[in-house]
Amino acid sequence: MIHRSSKQRNFLNLVTQVVAAFGALLGIFFLGWIVFEVLKRGGAALSWSFFTQLPPPPGVESGGVANAIVGTLGITGLATVMSVPLGILAGTYLSELGRETALATCARFAANSLVGIPSIIVGLFVYASLVAPMGGFSGYAGAVSLAIIMLPVVATTAESMLNLVPNELRESAIALGAPRWKVTLQIVFRAAKAGILTGIILSVARVSGETAPLLFTALNSPYWPNTFTMPTANLTVTIFNFAMSPYEHWQQIAWGASLLIMAAVLALTVTARVVFRESRR
Amino acid sequence: MKQAGNTRHSKGDFLFKLIAAACTAILLLVMAGIMFQLVRYSTLSLQQFGFGFLTSEAWNPVTGDYGAASSILGTLVSTAIAMLLAVPTSFFIALLLAELAPPAVSKVTGYAIELLAAIPSIIYGMWGLFVFAPFMADRVQPFLGKHLSFLPLFHGPPMGIGMLTAGIILALMILPFISAVMRDVFTMVPAVVKEAGYGVGGSTWEVTRYVTMPYGFAGILGASFLGLGRALGETMAVTFVIGNKHAISVSLFAAGNTIASTLANEFAEASEPLYVSSLVELGLILFAITLIIQIISHFWLSKIRDAVGAGL
Amino acid sequence: MSRVIALSRLAKQEPSQQMRRSIDKELETEVRFSVRNLDFFYGGRQVLFANNLDIHSKRVTAIIGPSGCGKSTHIRIYNRIFELYREQKATGEVLLDDVNILSPAVDILELRRKIGMIFQKPTPFPMTVFDNVAWGLRLHYKLSQRDLAERVEQALAAAAILDEVKDKLGEPATSLSGGQQQRLCIARAIAIQPEVLLMDEPTSAIDPRATDKIEELVESLKQRLTIVIVTHNMQQAARISDFTAFFYEGRIIEAGPTNQVFTNPKNRQTQGYITGCFG
Repeated sequence: MIHRSSKQRNFLNLVTQVVAAFGALLGIFFLGWIVFEVLKRGGAALSWSFFTQLPPPPGVESGGVANAIVGTLGITGLATVMSVPLGILAGTYLSELGRETALATCARFAANSLVGIPSIIVGLFVYASLVAPMGGFSGYAGAVSLAIIMLPVVATTAESMLNLVPNELRESAIALGAPRWKVTLQIVFRAAKAGILTGIILSVARVSGETAPLLFTALNSPYWPNTFTMPTANLTVTIFNFAMSPYEHWQQIAWGASLLIMAAVLALTVTARVVFRESRR
Repeated sequence: MKQAGNTRHSKGDFLFKLIAAACTAILLLVMAGIMFQLVRYSTLSLQQFGFGFLTSEAWNPVTGDYGAASSILGTLVSTAIAMLLAVPTSFFIALLLAELAPPAVSKVTGYAIELLAAIPSIIYGMWGLFVFAPFMADRVQPFLGKHLSFLPLFHGPPMGIGMLTAGIILALMILPFISAVMRDVFTMVPAVVKEAGYGVGGSTWEVTRYVTMPYGFAGILGASFLGLGRALGETMAVTFVIGNKHAISVSLFAAGNTIASTLANEFAEASEPLYVSSLVELGLILFAITLIIQIISHFWLSKIRDAVGAGL
Repeated sequence: MSRVIALSRLAKQEPSQQMRRSIDKELETEVRFSVRNLDFFYGGRQVLFANNLDIHSKRVTAIIGPSGCGKSTHIRIYNRIFELYREQKATGEVLLDDVNILSPAVDILELRRKIGMIFQKPTPFPMTVFDNVAWGLRLHYKLSQRDLAERVEQALAAAAILDEVKDKLGEPATSLSGGQQQRLCIARAIAIQPEVLLMDEPTSAIDPRATDKIEELVESLKQRLTIVIVTHNMQQAARISDFTAFFYEGRIIEAGPTNQVFTNPKNRQTQGYITGCFG
């Protein structure tokens, strides 16, 4: 019997650990670099007028993205209002009311597939279903496309969070003689509140940085979003348009908008985690 | 003291269930609607070009001649570069987080990785265009061109933007995501199994290689598949840096395009019906590819979940 | 037939004259539930076989037997809670006041008001202590704010928990200890003035001292309620019950006054279980 020398084995162990650490550090370094650049360049672009003024014409060294901030808040808010009730009710059906029905099985499959399809495809769908028939780009179409992206996320998280509610809780409410809908709305939802809220915040975080589906729906606009029936200003498409422009000042504004979006998304993500952790106590 | 009437309760239950079922049906309708609209809008292009669309390299809005070959190839190549870079790196990050690093470090790093997974792709695009592409043009590409010039992959002028840069950005985008899922796979391996490995005198690497990896192999593959699905459909990060040129080139330095970047760049401006239809057909192809990937990885992961029985 | 005086039937067996005489006089009360030929199925699998049992009014009936023998399943039929699950099905009769509660014509919500249930684990709702009790009351009664508060207080007092929680009515119910939570659930169940209380191993998840309190509570509640308690604890059954039914593999092997079942079991299996051969 030949003994493998432990010296050799320890060396191999060391090598793999060093390689792993190096690979991991390399990846983490790049990710840190991205955040650093956004903070540095975006921070330089922020000013009072950045938050209060309309985008400047080319060559003018002032202006901001106030209209796009309002537009993004409006479109995202509208998408949330549309998708959250629908998503929660769908999740309720999947988890509570129709768990094993054919409808639930098919819808669960559809939801899982929808989560994975590229957001730009959703943009195409909304273009074909709303923009083309109605004859123009609009903030509403943009909100619908974001709502479609949120819907399966909210529905599947709601389903899994409702599944976590212990069955005894449902049964003891039923045993008091409560109708099913009251048990669901007043007891089960309350018990799953934090989890569902986490899912909603995460899905808002996800769509608030979406660009692709807005390109063919909300488009963009240099004006205030007075109505959502017209092309509507929003931060992400503004970033895209301004970054691709040859004007340095526009590019700077794009950096500022990037910082804004990144900060908002990270803040939402952290909030979601805090909400979820608090609920676990 | 009056008792509340009870007859309305069953009606309430029925109504509630009906409303919830209607909301559930919306998911199906959206899915069916997407397929229907994509097919409907591509009909013109399907009739005009048939299967030749898939292999034609043409893309000329002036003459009205369109083909998907360069977009499909660009999608596949950029995704391949991304997977090649991201999967091993993610594996190392996951290994570091789950096995090697002290708990405090892995907790903080793990948290950071999860946050990075949430950063929108347009941020990666900005960084790619303004920071990373110049870096590639000034440093990386001249270096590769000088030392690896025997490979046609690295020929051509170092422009910064192009297929290679797009692939690297894509890799960075999916890196946090795959790392997070892989780390979960590693931590899912029961502690007793690993302890048994250490118990017979295995080193960290040996236990990882011969115990953890086989145990979590299916999960690692599943995580990679999920990342693959994301990379294929990723739009903004790629659109910023790929150069958006409808051409097939051997060199990775050359500008190219992907399905998603073509859609992002051209769809809003396309007016000719055939042009729009061709673009939608590109979308249909992308939809089909990602749906298949999605279905495979979904079934794969749920199979593992059944086998291992933990939340993934 | 259901209002026969103080009879305990053995499974598939009419009571004999001799048995009637052997029943302690003071146990004699009306029969509340009369279970006739009850079968129960999980999907295609039958788990209860021809159960026959009488539950006496204002008495405590203990249901004992090894785990998996169908004890819980049996009492989960009385308030039809099993109907939450599509694949579960009961056939036979459970007569309450001469009405078969399994009939679809029965108002199921009113049935559940009349028949309260306590579960293995405490199940406080995610709301305040006060609202936990008030929630059930609001379901069934239209009460002024003052009457509501009064009824909540009465229920908490009846469940012997008022003193411990009267300063915590606005706090989340989950902040109470396990034993307190279980008594809160009892308060919640009795607040809506049920006639029967089903208890499914109510002390299996709480500590011995809290168990004592709940046993005392059961003793005092039987003044006004019929109680059916599933328990795997022989001593508990002996301490608190007036009647005992022994279940084995989905069948009722023996049923009768507790002292008779415990001291002089007719069936060898019952004897074996009680003396610990297969507990």
